Amino acid sequence: MRTFLSRYLFSTDHKTIGIQYFVLSVLAGFVGLALSVVMRIHLSYPEAKIRLFEILWPNGAPGGVMTPELYLALLTMHGTIMAFFLLTTVPLGGFGNYFLPIQIGAHDMALPRLNMLSFWTTFLSFLVLLAAFFVEGGAPLSGWTAYPPLSAAGPIAGPGQGTGQTLWIVSIAIFCLASLFGSINFITTTLEMRVKGMSLFRMPLTVWAWFITALISLFAFAVLMAAGILLLLDREAGTSFFLPTGLLINDRALPNQGGTPLLWQHLFWFFGHPEVYIAVLPGMGIVSTILANFARKPVFGYKPMVWAMLAIAGLGFIVWGHHMFISGMNPYSSLAFSVLTLTIGVPSAIKTFNWLGTLWGGRIQLTTAMLFSLGFVSVFVTGGLTGIILGQPSLDIYFHDTYFVVGHFHMIMGVASVFAMFAATFYWFPRMFGRMLNEKLGRVHFYITFLGVYGIFIPMHFAGLAGNPRRYADFTQFEFLQDLTILHKFSSHCAFTTAAVQLLFLANLIYSYRRGPLAKDNPWNATTLEWLNKTPDAVHCGAYEYSVPGDTKDFRMQHEEAR
Amino acid sequence: MTPTPHVHPPSPPGQHRRASFTALYAGMASIIMLFGAFTSAMVVRRGASKDWRGTPAPQLLWVNTAVLAASSVVAERARRHLRNNDRVHFNYWWSGATLLGAGFIAAQGLLWRRLVDAGVYLNSNPGSAFFYIGTVAHALHLFGVWLWMFYLWTKAVRLQLGPSRRTGVDVCTVFWHFLGVLWLYLMFLFIYWGNR
Repeated sequence: MRTFLSRYLFSTDHKTIGIQYFVLSVLAGFVGLALSVVMRIHLSYPEAKIRLFEILWPNGAPGGVMTPELYLALLTMHGTIMAFFLLTTVPLGGFGNYFLPIQIGAHDMALPRLNMLSFWTTFLSFLVLLAAFFVEGGAPLSGWTAYPPLSAAGPIAGPGQGTGQTLWIVSIAIFCLASLFGSINFITTTLEMRVKGMSLFRMPLTVWAWFITALISLFAFAVLMAAGILLLLDREAGTSFFLPTGLLINDRALPNQGGTPLLWQHLFWFFGHPEVYIAVLPGMGIVSTILANFARKPVFGYKPMVWAMLAIAGLGFIVWGHHMFISGMNPYSSLAFSVLTLTIGVPSAIKTFNWLGTLWGGRIQLTTAMLFSLGFVSVFVTGGLTGIILGQPSLDIYFHDTYFVVGHFHMIMGVASVFAMFAATFYWFPRMFGRMLNEKLGRVHFYITFLGVYGIFIPMHFAGLAGNPRRYADFTQFEFLQDLTILHKFSSHCAFTTAAVQLLFLANLIYSYRRGPLAKDNPWNATTLEWLNKTPDAVHCGAYEYSVPGDTKDFRMQHEEAR
Repeated sequence: MTPTPHVHPPSPPGQHRRASFTALYAGMASIIMLFGAFTSAMVVRRGASKDWRGTPAPQLLWVNTAVLAASSVVAERARRHLRNNDRVHFNYWWSGATLLGAGFIAAQGLLWRRLVDAGVYLNSNPGSAFFYIGTVAHALHLFGVWLWMFYLWTKAVRLQLGPSRRTGVDVCTVFWHFLGVLWLYLMFLFIYWGNR
């Protein structure tokens, strides 16, 4: 019992904590996925009476038909769980914890106890969020962005806006704390724990990506925490930061005076836009490493890749206004935010160009990890291009709050990051668990998922072009949306298929963990230090020494000296 | 099945000390962002409506400021004594800093009590709301560091600290100074800018 507690519950070992984060996130991912399936069922068949809905939510789905309020509650929880507990947690907390120390030749994170605290705080935050489902009124309705006045007005704003919304805010505040602990640890470990010879520009791009992501988290989550505290006080202490004078909700006048909902938008999006990069930057690092490995070539333009990530991170903090083009801001402000937003296209294009350059002339091995990495590049480009459209105020005024936006951010933030996670799982599973994942199942998983996500999200772009608003629980009530029903049905059926095939991934994880073939020490012939079983005294070369002319083998590990 | 464990060489000397300071600076950066967010919210909220009222500055506020400044000076003296291996004087001065720190926190409680008695509540107006938020957030951070200071004091009186075991004291003192400077910033913000 004592061994169990110290080994799993109170472990300060970075590898155990990494696996704990990984398991928590997989669990959260499947909860979020299930919620999205339920939403898509309702959108496609709004009149259908589904007994399971009634059992799960007796008040939210009387007679098995979902109410609009329940739809919004599911939407809020789906967005929150996916954005925070999957996209933010796996890439940094999961893979970062496990691999950052051993990729830089450190024995552990710099602050192991803080690391343990960070995980358990994240876990607590997840439990508090899930608790919102079970309190009176259920989960909140105000979306993952929690815009006031809806989120600030309290129970009179609707079911879920009472205790459910309060729990949501408390959960996010706890999550902010956990992320700040984690960020401090990642930054300190990267800067201070590198083995001799591991200069900054010899670090794998994964380490660079985790380090930059930690910097972004450090600055962004502190701001979200401040915003969350103010929102909580508006709800519970009668302050008026976000609630304006004379607000009338459900025929009742609120006593609050003088606040402005736009203040929340500024604070939230100062966090919210960098959050996109918190989700996707680790993926960029992972994909760079995997592309180089399975093309048996060095990363094309290693230093530009680093500078591009730094530029993306820096620019990410000064573009939040593009989420608020229709908030009535000064057109000159819109212009400035637009120009800065479009500027992010430059470092993003550098990265894409360099990924293609890495592949060019390589000896490509289409392993599952490589397939998901290529898939990442594909959806990153697709989602990125629509970002250029949304970054222009004149176009965004039309597209704002339509399905075009839903398609865009799912591609660039959701699918791209998740593809990188799949790639990382297939690549590092042998190191984490000593066995290989099943490649055949992996390929089936990849191809169906790849086609599936395009099938889900491309129609959404067209629905958005046709003016289809997001967050509506039922499109059949509006004549101008009738013609789009077929698009949504197609989207939904792709979603059901894609969701089902994720069970194949889960089965692969469980089966391979128990019965998969034993892994060799360095099954991918990689160059980075995590594939060694001991921490070297020093490293002698960069992270991507593949196909070095004159070498006897086609890769040189970082601790090996040049021959 | 678990993979082969890593074998590690010993950590190089000084690594733990450097890491502690880097972690401190990262922590300070996040605190600056937190209070920066409060400040920008305060500026926006003040401009959004005409309901802003400044917060009164009772004399106790200045006494508290003096106590915090004194605790910083005393902690710094203690730190220098430890560096010079003068552990007896370190213990005296560190005890003094710990007591002064506790005094500041207790007096902050008294200050909030007096403001409430004077009818200045969290929801009275945006000025008072930001005053309470800023000072409570500051006090929570300070209390956390004070607990650490107290823990170090328990080690100090058992003579478990010395010139080669002073990283905790150094980091704690620098953090304490930082919170002192943050307090001065908050005073400027609430008392000068808020009442202008």
